[in-house]
Amino acid sequence: MKTEISFVVNGERRSVRAYPMERLLDVLRQQLSLTGTKEGCGEGECGACSVLIDGELATSCLVPVAQAEGTSVVTIEGVAANLRFGALREAFLNCGGAQCGICTPGMMVAAVALLARKPNPTADDIREGLSGNLCRCTGYLQILEAVAEAARRTAAR
Amino acid sequence: MRADPTEYEFVAPASFVDAVQLLAEQPAAWLPIAGGTDVMVQFAAGTLGARKLLSIWNLPELRHIEVLPEEVRIGAGSTYTDLRRHETVGREFPLLTLAASWTGGIANQNRGTLGGNIVNASPAADSLPALLAYEAELILVSARRERRVPYLDFHTGYKKIALEPDELVRAICLKRRFAGYVSYGRKVGARNAQAIAKVSIAGLGRVEKGQVADVRIALGSVAPTPIRLRQTERVLEGRALDRDAIGQARGAAVAETHPIDDIRSTARYRAAVVGNLVGEFLETLGGATGHE
Repeated sequence: MKTEISFVVNGERRSVRAYPMERLLDVLRQQLSLTGTKEGCGEGECGACSVLIDGELATSCLVPVAQAEGTSVVTIEGVAANLRFGALREAFLNCGGAQCGICTPGMMVAAVALLARKPNPTADDIREGLSGNLCRCTGYLQILEAVAEAARRTAAR
Repeated sequence: MRADPTEYEFVAPASFVDAVQLLAEQPAAWLPIAGGTDVMVQFAAGTLGARKLLSIWNLPELRHIEVLPEEVRIGAGSTYTDLRRHETVGREFPLLTLAASWTGGIANQNRGTLGGNIVNASPAADSLPALLAYEAELILVSARRERRVPYLDFHTGYKKIALEPDELVRAICLKRRFAGYVSYGRKVGARNAQAIAKVSIAGLGRVEKGQVADVRIALGSVAPTPIRLRQTERVLEGRALDRDAIGQARGAAVAETHPIDDIRSTARYRAAVVGNLVGEFLETLGGATGHE
């Protein structure tokens, strides 16, 4: 049976009617048209569907939407609206951190989660912070460098 | 093929007591789901047998780490991230913190719970060798009673646990008695993150006057359940950690494990790694305490 689920998405109060076991990923994409969140593996291995739930990184393919009740969810669209996101976007552009683009939103959400906790991450911190996100194009080095550059630029401001 | 969400019932009780009450009324009817890192993977694969899910995610009674004078009680709903961020857990039970850091990636650590790792009962579960080494006890709660059982007796076989259908794991208790112990943990997998262990080890020990005063060795992925290497430990008791002792212990460890060939590794490779990990642990233990 469908139920009403209320939560905050990218800063706005939203209510959806959904089956409780629908995946947060599907509700975001299909009901709320937030298609920046991608589906890769559908089993929590690839990180393409990463979002923030109450500020913590989560793979939205593994979250029953009923468990999002009362939470605050931030997707890549919400992250991109944040002014501080500019440094990360520029760094991804400069470093070649995006190729086909499917992993990119998840990578950026994971990077934002990392930088929020560790504004001056070490190389190991960056590797760990992005370790749940798979990319089959770049070979990762450009992405790791982009996050390091974004951290440096933000620190310099 | 992925399961159809329209076929599932889902309830999210407001409290732990309510959850236990529902299980008392309809035992075995409901499958508890915490952060979903195992249950939702089965859902995705279409292999989730249960159709009724009881959400225990984020219940305050379960997501709480209590530091008592004698022991630390970790609420079963504590996530790997909660464990990694907890100062006392990190200082006194570093093997558990280390195991939490091995699990999945950050997103999985934010949702996966210690209680979930226990009841999922995989022989490859990252946190379980540490629980064996620390001789953790579990508090199991139903509407009928509360009981406390050693984790060692709880995990009875491959994917088998001694949990009654109306019970939930409420907390994992760790005695605060390992000051001065040397700990050694290592996971051998295909990569650091998002990989299931080929072999993992939690080693804990104390050397006094050049002799092993206490040693605990637990391994994952080498038997139907995570195991304590009792015979290997017995070989080492009271011994100096010289080349002979370490060699005998390595042999005993290999004899005591029962690795298999599977998708992740081979029995032969696993046996070799068991010997190497036990050897490295004992060298670490000997080296760390040899200069006192």
